[in-house]
Amino acid sequence: MSEARKEIMGRIREALKIPSPKPHLKGESNKVVGKAWLPEVGDTQVETMALLSDNLAKLKAHFHPVENLVQAISVVKDLAQKKNWKNIAYHKNELVTPVALAIDGKAWAVEDSFTKDELEAADVGLTSCVSIVAQFGAILVSSETSGGRGLSILPPVHVVIAKADQVVPDLAACFEQINVQFEGKMPSMLSFITGPSRTGDIERILVLGAHGPKELYLILVR
Amino acid sequence: MSDSKSIFIKESTLTSADGDQRQFIRTALGGYYKNRDLYKAKYRDWELARDAASLAKWSAVNNLAEVLEKFVAKFESNGGKVHWARDAAEARQIILDLLAKANAKAVIKSKCMTTEEIHLNDALEKAGYGVVESDLGEFIQQLRGEAPYHFVFPCMHLKREAISDLFTKHLGTAATDSPEELTMIARRHLRKLYITADVGITGANFLVADTGQISITENEGNARLTAAMPRVHIALSGIEKVINTIDDLAVLLPMLATAGAGQPMTCYNTLYAGPKKPGERDGPEEFHLVLLDNARTQLLADPEQRDALHCIRCGACLNVCPIFKNIGGHAYGTTYQGPIGSVITPHLRGLKDWNHLSGASSLCGACTDACPVRIDLHHHLLQNRRNAAKVVPNLFDRVFHGTFNFVIQRPALFSLGGKVFRKTFGLLKHLPVPYLGTWLKSRDLPAIPQKSFREVWKDSKNV
Repeated sequence: MSEARKEIMGRIREALKIPSPKPHLKGESNKVVGKAWLPEVGDTQVETMALLSDNLAKLKAHFHPVENLVQAISVVKDLAQKKNWKNIAYHKNELVTPVALAIDGKAWAVEDSFTKDELEAADVGLTSCVSIVAQFGAILVSSETSGGRGLSILPPVHVVIAKADQVVPDLAACFEQINVQFEGKMPSMLSFITGPSRTGDIERILVLGAHGPKELYLILVR
Repeated sequence: MSDSKSIFIKESTLTSADGDQRQFIRTALGGYYKNRDLYKAKYRDWELARDAASLAKWSAVNNLAEVLEKFVAKFESNGGKVHWARDAAEARQIILDLLAKANAKAVIKSKCMTTEEIHLNDALEKAGYGVVESDLGEFIQQLRGEAPYHFVFPCMHLKREAISDLFTKHLGTAATDSPEELTMIARRHLRKLYITADVGITGANFLVADTGQISITENEGNARLTAAMPRVHIALSGIEKVINTIDDLAVLLPMLATAGAGQPMTCYNTLYAGPKKPGERDGPEEFHLVLLDNARTQLLADPEQRDALHCIRCGACLNVCPIFKNIGGHAYGTTYQGPIGSVITPHLRGLKDWNHLSGASSLCGACTDACPVRIDLHHHLLQNRRNAAKVVPNLFDRVFHGTFNFVIQRPALFSLGGKVFRKTFGLLKHLPVPYLGTWLKSRDLPAIPQKSFREVWKDSKNV
């Protein structure tokens, strides 16, 4: 153990010899789960989906609920044509691959090796995700589900293709699920994406697309 | 007078006399107030959420040794490496050594106030490294060679014209009055730098003990890129950032966003567990975390003010503080401005030189009401004043209060003293009374009544 570590730990133990009063938390047990006081999520699946749709709209993210994969392909193909996406980087996945390959342009999977410059030149990044939190309209991606760390942040447009059963009502449920799913072996990156990249640094005026994607699309297959 | 105090007096005098600047800051904060209230109202119970957030931080801070040990073991089992720094100099040296070992040339940084606290950029530049701040506000402040004005909104004091001129001067871009175009100039400029940098340096908002992850909150995506593209990732964090479990984030992440920026959740909240894993396509090969004490354990040793270590650096207390809004961020001369800065700086840098900040408060308590983790900010300012009186006795205060104490207990003397005081009151402004000169610069001495309350009372009985 390093000298510094020993000394800091010693200082901490010495400092904590005098206790400080514990804050009082009314009603709940001492576990901080945040179910009872955080924003409302609705009781039914219909309400949860309506909330998700509403939150994504407020975040200026584009939401396309579709019935099946065929419809997903058609929505993304149309978008690609309208927005002139030619260089398509994607994460290999049962939902994402067929969509990427259907687009009229050069589609390449990050799993088949790439350079940072190649990724930087992509018009759009297509990924799947871990889950979607209706409470805040947050899309949880990971280094495993989203082709590493760069694909969901470096290209100027990010398209997420997911299944409706990946929607969870709130953050507390999302963390519960993560704990079960990864059993303590977390992917190297888990990232909640809540709308397209933004900044308010100049006069506190909102500008989209600061460093990350300017546009974010969620294609949700029933 | 200490340097820090004379800077405070000079800067606060300038800004408080600058009506335009003060109005500009108020306008800039207007949108924040509106959105903060909008999203606070969506909480089923914001006050209970504050209790929960406060308890989450209390449980970690008051068991800091155990929680840190648990975090470090888990973090290292994820493949990261932890380094311990007792003070700023040690932290700088650790980072310099890591850069040398990585054979680094270019460094990209995302926003991290702890690196400001240890003056990391100066040290790296002196050692010959190219360092670029990637957060838009920090990037602008770096070009200006100026410290952040606000620890969440670094350049909120600047008008778009000033930023446009700055970009023209340093980047050779055409003048524009569009915030969007200015943002895109920075975006285009920084994009290649993420790719060419060897090392990315970030901060950490939370260290999650049960999973060994570090959590980073941001809006722009620059921290994501900083931790994705370079081959080495170094994070710097105070030891107090640790929390018990990932579940605590269900409360802390949204509250940080709502209190800090008037958002439901910020754009990116990212958890990192180690460097890239086998099979992952990209990400850093090495992941280092520098844990910094730098006098945090001194604050920890004060049970009365220990809750100041609960701070999640949202900046809500600055945004509501009448003092901050009138004197501006630079007057503080500290890494952390506003009420939280005024509370902790005397602990971190010494009460003797920084006690004047304890007076930078109207004691209105707006900061305490705004704090999402319930830090008792305005009372801590009073406690610092009390503590300072023990460390640095003030002769005037002692004589004044001693005399007052003596007189108030003797009614006849009090009555006589009152008579004399009323007669001589007008002369006060000609006498070298401490504090009065500064006070009278912008105010008139009020007229004093001819009779005391007791005399008026007596007269009314005689009618």
